[in-house]
Amino acid sequence: MKPFLKRFSEQFVVGLLALSGTVTTLTVMLIIIFLFSEGLGVFNTSPLESHNTLVINKGNPVQQLKPEQLKEIFDGNITNWKEIGGGNDSIILLTINSLTDFLSEEEIGMNFEFLPQKLDSLVESNSGMLAVFPEKYLLANHLSKEVHVDKNNLPDFILGKQWFPTAEPAVQLGTLPLILGTLMVSVVAILIALPVGLATAIYMAEVANPKVRNVMKPVIELLSGIPSVVYGFFGLITIVPLIHDLFNLPVGETALAGSIVLGIMALPTIITVSEDAIRNTPRAMKEASLALGATKWQTISRVVLPYSISGITAAAILGIGRAIGETMAVLMVTGNAAVMPHSLLQPVRTIPATIAAELGEAPQGGVHYKALFALGCLLFIMTLLINLWVEYISNKRKMLR
Amino acid sequence: MIMDKLLKEKIAFWIFRLLSIFVIGILVWILGFIFIRGFQVLSWDFITKMPEDGMTKGGIYPAIIGTFTLILGSMIFAFPIGVMAGIYMNEYVKEGRWKRFIKLMTNNLAGIPSIVFGLFGMALFVNKLKFGDSILAGSLTLGLLALPVVIRITEEALKAVDDTFRHASYALGATKLQTIRRVVLPISLPNIITGLILSIGRVSGETAPILFTVAAYFLPRLPTSIFDQVMALPYHLYVIATSGTQVEQSRPMAYGTALVLVLIVLILNLLANALRKYFGNKVKMN
Repeated sequence: MKPFLKRFSEQFVVGLLALSGTVTTLTVMLIIIFLFSEGLGVFNTSPLESHNTLVINKGNPVQQLKPEQLKEIFDGNITNWKEIGGGNDSIILLTINSLTDFLSEEEIGMNFEFLPQKLDSLVESNSGMLAVFPEKYLLANHLSKEVHVDKNNLPDFILGKQWFPTAEPAVQLGTLPLILGTLMVSVVAILIALPVGLATAIYMAEVANPKVRNVMKPVIELLSGIPSVVYGFFGLITIVPLIHDLFNLPVGETALAGSIVLGIMALPTIITVSEDAIRNTPRAMKEASLALGATKWQTISRVVLPYSISGITAAAILGIGRAIGETMAVLMVTGNAAVMPHSLLQPVRTIPATIAAELGEAPQGGVHYKALFALGCLLFIMTLLINLWVEYISNKRKMLR
Repeated sequence: MIMDKLLKEKIAFWIFRLLSIFVIGILVWILGFIFIRGFQVLSWDFITKMPEDGMTKGGIYPAIIGTFTLILGSMIFAFPIGVMAGIYMNEYVKEGRWKRFIKLMTNNLAGIPSIVFGLFGMALFVNKLKFGDSILAGSLTLGLLALPVVIRITEEALKAVDDTFRHASYALGATKLQTIRRVVLPISLPNIITGLILSIGRVSGETAPILFTVAAYFLPRLPTSIFDQVMALPYHLYVIATSGTQVEQSRPMAYGTALVLVLIVLILNLLANALRKYFGNKVKMN
């Protein structure tokens, strides 16, 4: 009986271990399920602010409006129907806020009881009118025509240039400025960090004596241990004012500040990964080069670096991947303006910073909330692709060896 | 010609040396900046008092307690599962497709940005499972974040144990599990513990995952249950550095908070290094 019990308990523990082994797979799947089920909800929903409806004159040929067009009308940038495919007729905008410009309080009634009837006849008598009001005030057998606003869709989500997730009457969910902002800040960060990091890696692996290296290794480990919010604070206090003074800008919170802070944060990754790659150069290759009379530097530049180039590439890509996902430091120093980035000396806003800054205010289950989850999906896909790319490069390296 | 070659080498090496010094200089700059200004604020009251006056005066006691609560909570979850998963990965799974797949998933999980963990934690723990903004939700989110680190550390520690130990144990008639429990784990334990301490350092500084799962803007009391919100050091630093009511007046508090946060990370790092050295001399891995 006893050996049976022993075997059984051993099997049980092994089963438990195997179960734990699947936990990461399970987590990744759960993340995908939850992220995407919330995020994809943003597509095929209307960008119109809750239960509003759009009504125009029956004679107006316009059928469909894009969210941007609606915003331009509200901002007064589009004033004539012919600009958006209608006849030559100027647009008269009627909203619930400008109601009293058109109707007196008696006409509306104490409890808005006459409003549906009045609205309908008002739109019918003005050929250029665009009325935006809550659906409940739409007359049941209305003469006026309802216009449809394009639903949020993936191409507009990725290529749209306007990010106003709480705009009235229609939210604008164009993430191109955020995507470009993220990429710009991250890539510039790596351009700053790569030369410095690579030089340090070469120094540690090939030039420095072991004693110096033993001091530097933990120092760099420490650099990677400092929390990102501390980097952000440091950047806010030192680098932001520095950029402000140096370039004589109205604000120092710019893409450049973000890139510098991210560059510092990426240094440990770049140094460790590329040092590993450099150290993996076979000794025989180096010695063959030295035996041919090459100096150490010639050996490094013509043998070691070409041999380890794929590892260094992996380091750079990995660094970009980390930088893309970095939240707090970027949130604190880049100024967070959701506009198309034109120069490094302007405020930009990245995807993670947008999520961090806005999710707290987005009502759960609303368009804004779902849009932020969709941004999370986008971020997830971007970093996943980068990770797989790094994996591919390092696997290829292993096979070559 | 030879002079030329050597001169080039000299120049190149000096550039490398200077850039390396530059990297060390950055660290010294950051730490110096936080230490010098932070130590002027640091006092017994600062770490044992509640924040007062719109967080411009008083201390950061609840944030310190909150951070330690979250560390404890996440590790209760991540340590056992992560170590078990590591054992499974190194001792049980045979090389092949399944192992490569698990490894890939672990690496992917490690590469997911921390803000995505925050989103996920909010969707699953806060909303779906109805934990609300709570220590439980925050700890689980942070635990998931720490999981791949713990697994990797355990795997590496186990890999470092020489196979002769295992073979000797098998030769004496021990089962696989007995071998792992009585031979492999005790030998690799110091390395596992060292790694775990480092992963605690990472968890303690994370802000994005706790933003929407547990962190409170201002809560001058201690948590009473795992469904309470808490303040946490990194979030507190973010708040008083950027969006507090009086950003300028709360600067000293921000320096102090940053210093405490860095000190925690620094002490954990030094502890891990000391342990590594101590056990390194005592136990021969192979």
